[in-house]
Amino acid sequence: MLLTLSTTHRPATDLGFLLHKNPERAQSVDVSAGRVHVFYPEASDERCTVALLLDVDPIALVRNARGTATEGFSLGQYVNDRPYAASSLLAVALGKAFASARRGVSKERPDLVDVALPLEIHLPALSCRGGVEMAQRFFAPLGWTVGARPVPLDETFPHWGDSRYVDLRLTGTQRVADAINHLYVGLPVLDDAKHYWVSSDEIDKLLRAGEGWLATHPDRDLVTRRYLAHRVSFARAAMSRLAEVDDLEPDSLDDAVVTAGSGDEQDERPVPLVLQRHGAVVAALRASGAARVLDLGCGSGALLAALLKEGALTEIVGVDVSHRALEAAARRLHLDRLPDRQRARVTLLQGALTYTDARLRGYDAAVLMEVVEHLDPDRLPALERTVFADAAPGTVIVTTPNVEHNVRYEALLPGGMRHRDHRFEWNRAEFAGWATGVAARRGYAVRFLGVGTDDPEVGPPTQMAVFTRSAAVAGEDAA
Amino acid sequence: MSADDVQGPEDAAEETDGRGGRALAIPDLALVVLVGASGSGKSTFARRHFAPTQVLSSDFFRGLVADDENDQAATPDAFDVLHYTAATRLRAGRLTVVDATNVRREDRASLVRLAKDHDVLPVAIVLDLPESVCIERNAARPDRELSAAVIRRQRSELRRGLRGLGREGFRKVLVLRSPEDVEAAVLTYEKQYNDRREDPGPFDVIGDVHGCRAELEELLGRLGYTITRDDRGRPVDAVHPDGRRAVFVGDLVDRGPDSPGVLRLVMGMVAARHALCVPGNHENKLVRALRGRNVQISHGLEETLTQLAAEPEEFRGAVEEFCYGLVSHYVLDGGALVVVHAGLPEKLQGRSSGRVRSFALYGDTTGETDEFGLPVRYPWAKDYRGRAMVLYGHTPVPEPEWVNNTMCLDTGCVFGGKLTALRYPERELVAVPAARTYYEPARPFLVDGAAPPLQPARDADVLDIEDVLGKRVVETRLAGRVTVREENAAAAIEVMSRFALAPQQLLHLPPTMSPVATSQLPGLLEHPAEAFAHYRDEGVDRVVCEEKHMGSRAVALVRRDDVLGDPDRPVERRGAVHTRTGRSFFAPDLTAAVLARLAAAVEEAGLFDELGSDWVLLDTELLPWSAKAGELIRSQYASVGAAARAAVPAAVAELERAAARGLDVGALLDRQRQRAGDAAAFTDAYRRYCWPTDGLSGISVAPFQVLAAEGATFAEREHAWHLAVADRLAAADPELVRGTAHRYVDLTDPVSEEAATAWWTELTAAGGEGMVVKPAANLTRGRRGVVQPGLKVRGREYLRIIYGPDYTRPENLDRLRERNLGRKRGLAQREYALGIEGLERAARGEPLWRVHECVFAVLALESEPVDPRL
Repeated sequence: MLLTLSTTHRPATDLGFLLHKNPERAQSVDVSAGRVHVFYPEASDERCTVALLLDVDPIALVRNARGTATEGFSLGQYVNDRPYAASSLLAVALGKAFASARRGVSKERPDLVDVALPLEIHLPALSCRGGVEMAQRFFAPLGWTVGARPVPLDETFPHWGDSRYVDLRLTGTQRVADAINHLYVGLPVLDDAKHYWVSSDEIDKLLRAGEGWLATHPDRDLVTRRYLAHRVSFARAAMSRLAEVDDLEPDSLDDAVVTAGSGDEQDERPVPLVLQRHGAVVAALRASGAARVLDLGCGSGALLAALLKEGALTEIVGVDVSHRALEAAARRLHLDRLPDRQRARVTLLQGALTYTDARLRGYDAAVLMEVVEHLDPDRLPALERTVFADAAPGTVIVTTPNVEHNVRYEALLPGGMRHRDHRFEWNRAEFAGWATGVAARRGYAVRFLGVGTDDPEVGPPTQMAVFTRSAAVAGEDAA
Repeated sequence: MSADDVQGPEDAAEETDGRGGRALAIPDLALVVLVGASGSGKSTFARRHFAPTQVLSSDFFRGLVADDENDQAATPDAFDVLHYTAATRLRAGRLTVVDATNVRREDRASLVRLAKDHDVLPVAIVLDLPESVCIERNAARPDRELSAAVIRRQRSELRRGLRGLGREGFRKVLVLRSPEDVEAAVLTYEKQYNDRREDPGPFDVIGDVHGCRAELEELLGRLGYTITRDDRGRPVDAVHPDGRRAVFVGDLVDRGPDSPGVLRLVMGMVAARHALCVPGNHENKLVRALRGRNVQISHGLEETLTQLAAEPEEFRGAVEEFCYGLVSHYVLDGGALVVVHAGLPEKLQGRSSGRVRSFALYGDTTGETDEFGLPVRYPWAKDYRGRAMVLYGHTPVPEPEWVNNTMCLDTGCVFGGKLTALRYPERELVAVPAARTYYEPARPFLVDGAAPPLQPARDADVLDIEDVLGKRVVETRLAGRVTVREENAAAAIEVMSRFALAPQQLLHLPPTMSPVATSQLPGLLEHPAEAFAHYRDEGVDRVVCEEKHMGSRAVALVRRDDVLGDPDRPVERRGAVHTRTGRSFFAPDLTAAVLARLAAAVEEAGLFDELGSDWVLLDTELLPWSAKAGELIRSQYASVGAAARAAVPAAVAELERAAARGLDVGALLDRQRQRAGDAAAFTDAYRRYCWPTDGLSGISVAPFQVLAAEGATFAEREHAWHLAVADRLAAADPELVRGTAHRYVDLTDPVSEEAATAWWTELTAAGGEGMVVKPAANLTRGRRGVVQPGLKVRGREYLRIIYGPDYTRPENLDRLRERNLGRKRGLAQREYALGIEGLERAARGEPLWRVHECVFAVLALESEPVDPRL
C-alpha cells in the first residue's frame, strides 16, 4: 500500500528535515505487518515528494497476529485487501516512520514545524466505506480540498459497479504534523473494517491522535462509533466459519445482535412503538396474573429489562437461539451485578422454538414479541407444537407487524419489509387466521389487540394476540 | 411376586453359616453395601475383590472434602459426595461398592433407596467378625484412635440389624463371620436374567396372541416354522429350518378360544430353546389366580380359567411355573433389541427392580381411567430416544408403526384384527388376519380405521432440543462414536434454526473433504502424485479422478411430484436444493423450476423406476460459483483485485521515478513488479467463476453421486455406476445437467498415473479448479477404518483465490507448505461417517430425530476451527 506526500514549499526539500528522512536515500523500517519503505520519487527545490510504501507480508501478518492459533481464522482473514489498500495498517506504519514529525519535532527546521505548508497527498487505493462522499465528509472540514475518484470493482463486469476503494488526492495548506495526524485517524475510520492486525492499545493511540481537532469535527460521533464498533470479538469465529462453508461473508449470519446506532438496519419502527409494545405486553401479563414467564426470542433483552421491573413476576426466563444475543442480554441486564434475590428471578437459555424443550414446560405465560415473522412459514407448525402443545403455558402473547401499516412508513419501498430478516409480514386477516387456527387446534381462546395508533384505514403498526388456555384443557392437565 | 432376574433374599439365608472356600455370587450390576464395624477388614476385602474405581470409601470421601480421612465432622459432606458419585455410576450401569461401616439402619436405608432409584439390586456383604479381631486391628492403625467402646457399640448395632437386612430391601445378604471366612471367600458374578446380549438372533417377534391358537399356528407356518404335534395332534413345538427363534411379547392368554393350546405350544418352544417369551400383564394375573390369590376375574381371565380347568393338574402346575418364571424383558443382540410386553424406556432396560417389572407389564400408566374404565396410558414411545429397538405389545393398534425406533406388535387379533410378527433384523412385518372377532373390546377397536384413542399420535417428526444441544455423541456404523462439542452445537443451532430448510427436507449435509498431502514440487502446493500414493498405501489399487467443477456444492432432493412444480405441497413432500449448511440455494420459484427440470430428467432417465423410489437424493455441484457466492466474490475477491490493481501499479510508477533519480530501490521495484503480475493472475482466477445467470438460464447442475432413495443408500456402489447415472441425467436434460469428466487410474501402473497427472496438468493450466481422487470402488476400508472418501487436488491458479495472489513466490510457498492436514482429515472422516449414518437411517425410515441428529452433527463439526484454506 502506498501513500505519497508532496510539497511545493520552497525549498521543497525541507520536507526531508520535517520528516527526519533524507531525500537522497531510500530507508526502511520493520513494523509488525511487514516492512515500511520511505523514498523520494522527486526532490527538487520546487517540488518534493515522499513516498511511503508498506510492503505487507501476508503470511507473517496472520502468523504474528495469532501465534500458532491460525486455525481459528476464517478465510477472509487470509486473502484480503490488507496488502494493497490503505487502512489502519498504513496508519500504524505512518505513525512509526514519521513519529517525530507527527509530534511536531524537527531538529533542523524547528521554525517550520508550526508553519502551514502547501501540501498534496495521494492515496491510490484508500479503503473508504461510504465512498467519495465519506472521504469528503471527513477531510473537507479539516481544511483539505478533496479530489476523489472511485475505483471500479472489475472492468470485465461493469455492472458490479464501484469498489469500496477511492483514489484520493488531498490538497491544502497544513502543518505537516496535522496532515499526518489527519491520515493517522482518517485511514482506519474510513476503512471501517475490523482492525484484525492492530492491537487494542494501537487503537487507543489512534484515537488520541485526534486530540485538538476531533472534538470539533462535525462527524465526531461517526468517527468514534466506527472505532468502537469494530473491535474484534473472536467469540464470533464459529459463526463466521459456518458462513464461509457456504461462501457467505463471514458476518452475514451473525446478525442476531444489531450494533446500536450502526444506522444500517432498515428498522422503521419509531422508538415509542417499541415502548408501546413493551407496555402492551406487560399489561397483558398483568391481566393474566402470571408469575412465571417465558420471553421466547428475547434477543438482547429489551423486554426482559422491562419485565424485571414487574415485581409480580417471580421467574423470568429469556430464550433465544443466538448465543451472542444472550450474552448481550446478560450485559444489558447487568446480571453479574444484580443482587442475589433479583438475579435468581432471571434465567437465560439458548434454545430454538422449532424443537420441543422440556425446560420450557410448566410456565404461566409466554411472550413471543416480534418473533414469529423471523421464522420461515414452513417452520410455524413446529413452533406451534413447541409453544402451544409442549410448553403449553396458561397464556401466550404474540406480537407481529401489521403489514397493512407499512404504507405509512415513507422510507420503506413498496412491498418492502420492516427488517431484513423478516421472512413474512402478515396483514390483520392473515394473523387472525393463523392465531384462531392455533387456538382451535391447541385448546386456547384468543383475543386480538392493536399496539400503537390505530390508523382507521390500515390499522395499528403492531398487532397482538393473547391466547388463554381454555379451562377444559387446563383442568384435564391438572387432573 | 415373580422369579424375576435374581434370587430373592430368602435364598440368602442359607449362606450365613461360615464354612470356608465358598463362592459368593452377586449380580453383575448391583450396589454392593459393605457392612461391618471399624476394623472388620472391609477396605481390605474391597481391595481384594473389586477394582479400585468401583469402591467408594467413606474415608476417601472425607479426605476429599476435608483433607483428613478421620475428620468425623466432615462425614455428612463426604456422604453427600459419595452418594452423588454412586448415583452417577449407577445411572451409567456400573457396579458400585460402598465401603463404610453402614451399621446403622438409616445409613443402609439411604443406600437401598439409591439402588432402587436407579433400578439396580442392593446387595449387602456383612463382615461380622469377632470383637477382639476388630479392636486388635484398630489398635494396629497409627492414624486412628477408636475406643473399644465405639467398636463394641458398632458391633451391637450391626448384630441387631442383621436379621432384618432382607426386609430392609437387600436382595442378597452375604455374611462372613471369621477371618478364615473372609480369607476364603471368592466372588463370582451372575448375569442378570434379562441380559441376553450375546444372542444376535435372528428372531421373529410375535405380538399379543390372547388364546388365538389357530392364528398362531398359521403365523408360524407363514414365518417358515414346522410345527411338531403330540399324539393327540396338539402343537407342542415349532422349529425353523434356519435356526430362527420366535420371541413372544406376552399376553399369550385370556379372551381367546384356546389359551391352554397357546401355552402348550409356547411352553414347548421355550423349553426346546426355539422361542423366548416375556410375561404380559395377563400372565402375571394368571399366576396369582392359579396360586389362589384374590384377583378380579375379568378381562377374559374367566375363559382361561375355565379352559384350564379341563386340563390335568400337572399341566396347570406347569403353566403356573412357566408364567412365574418369565423374565420381565430381554435385552438382545448386543443391546440393539429389547423385547418387552408394554414398552420400556432406555434407563430401565437391562435393569431389575419392581419398577422395571411394573413398567414392563403395564406401561406408563397415569393412574387415571378413561371413559371405558380402562387405565389411561402415557404414550411412552413418543418420548423414546434410546439406542435399542423396542418391540412390544399390550395396546392394540390397527397397524404397526415405527415410533422412534419402537413398534407395537399388538394388532388386536382377539378383537378381530390380526396377529403380527416382525422379522429381526430384517424389519419385515408378517401378519395373519383373525378368523373372527373372539372378544368385544371395552374400547372400540378398528373404528373405520381411525387411530386408536390412546395410541400416541404419529409425531416421530417432533424434534427435541436435547436431540441437538449440548455435548453430543452420535453412534455411527463406520466410525463408532462421533463427539460434537457443546460450543459447536451452539453455533449450529442458530444456523440450523434460522437459516436452514425444514429438517424434513434435510436428509444430508455433505462432509468436508481433505486436500492431498502437500507437494514438494517447485511452484506447487498440491499435485496428484500425493493422492495416488495415499491410496496405494491404504491398499487401494484403482482410483477415479473426477473433474472438480467450478461451482458450489449442492444437495438435490428430487421427488417424482416435483415435475408438477407445485411449491405449496406440505414440506415433507417437497424437494429441495440446498447448500452445505442446509440453506435453500434459490428462492421458492426458482427452486421449483430447477426441481421440475431435475425430476423430469430423473424420470426420463428411468431412475425412479430403476431404484423403485419416488425420490432420489443427489450430490451435485451447481454452477456457476457466482450464482451463490456472488456477493462474496464481489466483496472479497474482486475487492482484493481492485485494490491491488489500483495500488501496485502506482507503487511501481513511484519507484521507477525514484530509480530514475538514482536511488537504490531496485530490489523493491522488482518485487512490486512481481506483485503486479500476481494481482493480474489472481483477478483472472476468480473471473473464471463468474458468469451471468437469469432464472434457470446460465445455471448448470453436475450430479456426481446418488446419495439415497427409498430404502437404499449407494455409498458401496462403485463410482462408475454413479458417473453413468450422471451421464444419463445429462443426456435427459443436456441444457441443465452436465456430466463429470473423469479418468480411472491403475495405481500399480506408472503409465496410468502419468496419463492422469497429464490430464490434471492440462485442466489446471487452463485455470480449472483441479480434480478429486476417490477409490474407484467407493466406500473402502483400509488399515485404519474407512479410507478418505476423496482427496482434492487443486490447481495452481485456483489456489491463488485461497492462499492469496502471491502465494506462489518461493519465500511464501516454503512457509505455506507447513500446513497441518491431520485435523482436516480426521474431520473429513468423521463427517463422512455421520453423513452415511444419516442416509442409512433415512433409508431405513427411522424417525426424523435420528436422521436430524446426524445432519446436525455434520453442521456442528463444520464450525470446528480448522485451517479454512484446506
